[in-house]
Amino acid sequence: MAATLTQDEALFQFLLRMGDNTLILGHRVSEWCGHAPVLEEDIALANTALDLIGQTQMWLGLAGEVQGAGKSADDLAFLRDVWDFRNVLLVEVPNEDFGRTLMRQFLFDAWHSIQLGHLMKSSDPRIAAIAAKTSKEVAYHLERSADTVVGLGDGTEESHGFMQAALDYLWPYVGEMFTSDAVDAAMVDAGIAPDPAALRSDYDALILRVLGDATLTVPDSRFAHKGGRTGAMHTEHLGHLLTHMQWLQRAYPGASW
Amino acid sequence: MYAQMVKSEASTDDPEKLAAFQARIDAGEKIEPKDWMPAGYRKTLIRQIGQHAHSEIVGQLPEGNWITRAPTLERKAILLAKVQDEAGHGLYLYCAAETLGVSRDELTEMLLDGRMKYSSIFNYPTLNWADMGAVGWLVDGAAILNQVPLQRTSFGPYSRAMIRVCKEESFHARQGFDVIRKMANGTPAQKKMAQDALNRLWFPALMMFGPSDADSVHSTQSMAWKIKMNTNDELRQKFVDQTVPQIEFLGLDLPDAGIKWNEERGHYDYSDPDWDEFFDVIQGNGPCNTDRLAARNKAWQDGQWVRDGLLAHARKTAARKVAAE
Ligand SMILES: [Fe+2]
Ligand SMILES: [Fe+2]
Ligand SMILES: [Fe+2]
Repeated sequence: MAATLTQDEALFQFLLRMGDNTLILGHRVSEWCGHAPVLEEDIALANTALDLIGQTQMWLGLAGEVQGAGKSADDLAFLRDVWDFRNVLLVEVPNEDFGRTLMRQFLFDAWHSIQLGHLMKSSDPRIAAIAAKTSKEVAYHLERSADTVVGLGDGTEESHGFMQAALDYLWPYVGEMFTSDAVDAAMVDAGIAPDPAALRSDYDALILRVLGDATLTVPDSRFAHKGGRTGAMHTEHLGHLLTHMQWLQRAYPGASW
Repeated sequence: MYAQMVKSEASTDDPEKLAAFQARIDAGEKIEPKDWMPAGYRKTLIRQIGQHAHSEIVGQLPEGNWITRAPTLERKAILLAKVQDEAGHGLYLYCAAETLGVSRDELTEMLLDGRMKYSSIFNYPTLNWADMGAVGWLVDGAAILNQVPLQRTSFGPYSRAMIRVCKEESFHARQGFDVIRKMANGTPAQKKMAQDALNRLWFPALMMFGPSDADSVHSTQSMAWKIKMNTNDELRQKFVDQTVPQIEFLGLDLPDAGIKWNEERGHYDYSDPDWDEFFDVIQGNGPCNTDRLAARNKAWQDGQWVRDGLLAHARKTAARKVAAE
């Protein structure tokens, strides 16, 4: 791929990575609707999902423009199959319980906020504009998810147990956010986006502080599951998610909703 | 309605106080939580506002059923925002009920163990995407007819909650109509979905207003107290009159062969819903009662450790603060 990757192709892949992360995570969070532990959480989770869907419209909208094949954000969201998705594996794992959902949110929000901070200085003004618009929402997501992780980690013995189990399960999915490939190299060269690997030290500092306040233990292993952001190998979960999300568009092609 | 067949309590209070209370209501004054009120007024309101709140909460489920299958990003966002509003309505209403001396947790327990009810409409399933249109259009539409007059209800906190709710409800009804209009004007398959949704939800929507209350003692007392503002039949007729032309505008078939314009009355005639079915649903035998209540119970039980954990952390934080001072 690296040898034949044009600048526009790389940019398209990069935009899919941004938009697919928010699309798939927004979908996962929206699955909670009506089932949260307390009414305020129902409202807050819906709010997060709404922000993420709005961000998806911007990222995938721009991706469609860059691709130049006349595809809308909806076309990209609803008519691609698993192998064409470029989200990290972290966002596609199932919600399981409220603890895992909020831990996943926190681990993603921390990366997302740092990433958007860099993208606000992107050489591509369209990307800088989206980053500026969405970074305030994401700062709020991070504040909320961090507070909840601390509250539940440092809550009861039982809630601590749920949060530690969530962290242990999700930790192997963290490393993928910091892997680099030819797409990233092209983005760095053009001043469009930072090298993912370069975000790791800021990220570690942020999450170690919060997880420390939450009295949680970060696993030693640096092992990372990979294959989402390159599309090489998603989890089994993504296909099931897409069968829900894409069903109407697939079953009634060409209809307008 | 969202509060159906609310049994009102007879009053055994001091007749003089009662008369003075009634005079305040007749003069259009608002009753506030700290004011004296008859025990029956308080009890009836707790029942009614509680039932209304529960309806908003359980009402998240039939629409939540389609959020993960919404056909476009925009539709998904609109539907999510709508269901989020409903949760907010539940919150305002629980807060209003709390001013009467009952906690949100107590009300929730009563919903979960079946002592309190929620609207019959939410015990019907949502089976195709057009239901997301029909629910907003018909269900929120019917709710609005009940809630607009309740903005003038005598109990201050309830009235103010209704004012906030009504602002959002009209958006819900409009977005619902927009969904169903798109479907009614869409492909043959979409039109079929729209017709199916209308046919299935029409009579359940009429049932929302409750059985005829022409000779109900409860209604008379609640109307005197301005807790109930119109009779069930008045509101039902108004609903039919406003909805039939919309069905015609959509080009859908009328869901009831009994619908006919009555020149003499200046209203549409329509068939009565099957009230046996209504009482079945109220008694727990609707198509979704068991599942709806199970979903709420599961959410509450699964969430116990979360509520406990956050509470424990808040206490620890407060204790640390005190220790540091
Ligand atoms: Fe509502
Ligand atoms: Fe509603
Ligand atoms: Fe509504």
